Amino acid sequence: MSPDQLGFVTLLKKEVMRFWSVLGQTVTAPVITALLYLLVFAQAMKGRAPIYPGVGYTEFLVPGLIMMTVIQNAFANTSSSLTQSKIMGNLVFLQMAPLGPLQWFGAYITAALFRCLLVATAMLIVTYPFVHLPIHQPLALLVMFVLSASSLAVLGMIAGIVAEKFDHIATFTNFFITPLSFLSGVFYSVHALPPLWFKASHFNPFFYLIDGFRYGFFGHADVPILYSMLWGLGFFALASSVCLWMLVTGYKLKR
Amino acid sequence: MNATSPQTAAALEIRGIRKRYGALEALRGVSFDIQRGEFFALLGPNGAGKSTLISIISGLVRANEGSVAVLGHDTVGDFRQARRLLGVVPQELVFDPFFKVRDMLRIQAGYYGCGKEVWPWIDEMLERLDLSAKANASMRALSGGMKRRVLIAQALVHRPPVVILDEPTAGVDVELRRMTWAFMSELHRQGTTVVLTTHYLEEAQELCSRIAILDRGSVAVIEPTQQLLARHPYRFLRIKLAGDAQLPEALRPLVTGEVGGALELKLETRVHPIGGVFDALRTAGVAIEDVQTREPDLEDIFIELTGHSAQAAAANGAAT
Ligand SMILES: Nc1ncnc2c1ncn2[C@@H]1O[C@H](COP(=O)(O)OP(=O)(O)O)[C@@H](O)[C@H]1O
Ligand SMILES: [Mg+2]
Repeated sequence: MSPDQLGFVTLLKKEVMRFWSVLGQTVTAPVITALLYLLVFAQAMKGRAPIYPGVGYTEFLVPGLIMMTVIQNAFANTSSSLTQSKIMGNLVFLQMAPLGPLQWFGAYITAALFRCLLVATAMLIVTYPFVHLPIHQPLALLVMFVLSASSLAVLGMIAGIVAEKFDHIATFTNFFITPLSFLSGVFYSVHALPPLWFKASHFNPFFYLIDGFRYGFFGHADVPILYSMLWGLGFFALASSVCLWMLVTGYKLKR
Repeated sequence: MNATSPQTAAALEIRGIRKRYGALEALRGVSFDIQRGEFFALLGPNGAGKSTLISIISGLVRANEGSVAVLGHDTVGDFRQARRLLGVVPQELVFDPFFKVRDMLRIQAGYYGCGKEVWPWIDEMLERLDLSAKANASMRALSGGMKRRVLIAQALVHRPPVVILDEPTAGVDVELRRMTWAFMSELHRQGTTVVLTTHYLEEAQELCSRIAILDRGSVAVIEPTQQLLARHPYRFLRIKLAGDAQLPEALRPLVTGEVGGALELKLETRVHPIGGVFDALRTAGVAIEDVQTREPDLEDIFIELTGHSAQAAAANGAAT
C-alpha cells in the first residue's frame, strides 16, 4: 500500500472505530426507533387498501423507514464526527497530517456508508418477521442506497465544517433533515396527498431517494426510477462540489 | 516557490510571512532559516505570534503572504512531503477521547503512511516518556502531564527529521520538565532538528544553540545563544546599604530595582566600571553592608528587547 493509500485507509478505519465503539447509539438506537414507527403505523393503518397492487401498507412502509433512517444516520455520522473533533480540538491531528481533500472526503463518506449499511441490514433483519420484502431490482436498490447515504454523508460533512457548536448541527437536523425526511413519502404515497402537497413533494430531494429505493424492492414507485436516480445523482454532485470546495479552500477549517 | 533543492535545503525556510486576523497583524513579515541539526528556541512574550507561525508551518493556518519550506518542500505546494518531514506538538492539550493511547499513536502513524514497522518505535517512546503503564488507557483518563507527553509521542510517530514543540513544558511539574528536556536532547543528539518555544528562558539558554526572539509579529533578534548573552556589555550590582543610608544622587539613575532590601544597579561595563561606583559611595560616606554582582541572563536580554518579562507573560495565561 502506498503511504497515501495507507493514510486514507487509516482515516477510514478511525472513522469506523468511532461509531463502532458506540454501536448502541449509532446502530441499535436508530433501529429500535424505526421499529417503533413500524409497529405504531402498521397498527394504525391496518385494513387500508393496498398502495400499489399487491403491496400492503406494512410492506410499503418498511423501505421508506429504512431509507429515512439511513438518511438521518448518514448525516449524523459525518456531522457529529467533524463537529466533535473541531470542538475537542483534535481535528488538528488530521489537519497537520499529509492527507488531501479527496482522502478526507472519501474516508468520511465511506465510513458513513458503512454505518448505513449496518443500520439498513439490521432493519431488514428485525422487520423480517413482520414483512417479507421482494427485491425486484437489486441494482436500482443498491444505486439508490449508495446515492442516498453518500449524499447525506456529504451534507453532514458540510454541516460539520460550518458548525461551530453542536447547537448548529441540532438546528440543521431539526429544521431541515428531520422535516424533509418525514415529508418525503415515507408513511404514504404522495399520490394520496392534496394537489399542493403533491407538487411540493416533487421539490424534496429526499422524496426521490425514498421513492427510488422503494422501486428497488417492488419494481413499482411514484415516479420513474430514472428520475429518482438523476435527482439522487444531482443532489450528490451538488453537495459534493460544495463540500470539496470547502475542503480545498480550507473554508472555516483553516484560519 | 522555494528555489533551494531538497538535498541542500535548510530544515525550515521561512520567507516573508505575514498574517492578519482582521485588523490585527499577528505576523509582520517574518523571515529566517533554521539549519539542519539545530536546537533552536523561538521566544517572545504572549501574543508575539509564535503559535501563529508554527500553525502556518504545520498547515493549520494560511499566511496572507510569504512561504515556508520544510527541507526544501513547500508547505502549501508540496504539503504532503513537507508534512511527512515535520512533527508538531501543539500548544493546546488536545486529544481524541474515543481512543486508547497506543491505538491513537498507531492511527496517527497511519495518517503519515507508517504501518506496523513503527509499532516498536511507538512502544519505545511510550517507555521513554513513562507512559507504558497507560498504553491501554483511554485518552480521557490521563492527567494533563500525561496528555502532554502523548502529544509529544504523537508528533514523533513518523520519525520526522524536523520537530517543533510549542511550549512543551508549560504547566508541567519540575520532574516532568526534566524528562521532556532529556527526551528532546536525545532526539537532537540523534540528528533531529528541534525547534522549541518556551517561557522558561533558562530552558532555552540551557538547551538551544540559537535563539530568535519574536515581538509583536516581528523578529526582534536572532542569534546564537552565546552571542545573545554576550550582546549587552553590562552587569548587575546589588548593594545593601548600612543603616538608613541613602544612595548618592549620581548613582540613582542606574537603579533598576530592589531585591530583598538590596538595590540593583545596572552597570554598562565601559561607562560605569564597578570601581567608580565604590568610589562614589566612599566619597559620599555611605557604608555598605553587602554586595553582589550578577551577569545578565536571557531574562534580562528578553526584557531589554521586548519590554516584557517572560515569566510575567507565562503567568498571563498558557493558552494563547
Ligand atoms: N484565530 C485567531 N483569531 C484572531 N486572533 C488570533 C487568532 N489566533 C491568534 N490570534 C492573535 O494573534 C496574536 C498572536 O498570537 P499567538 O500566535 O498565539 O502568540 P504566541 O503564541 O506568541 O503567544 C495574538 O494577538 C492573538 O490574540
Ligand atoms: Mg503560543
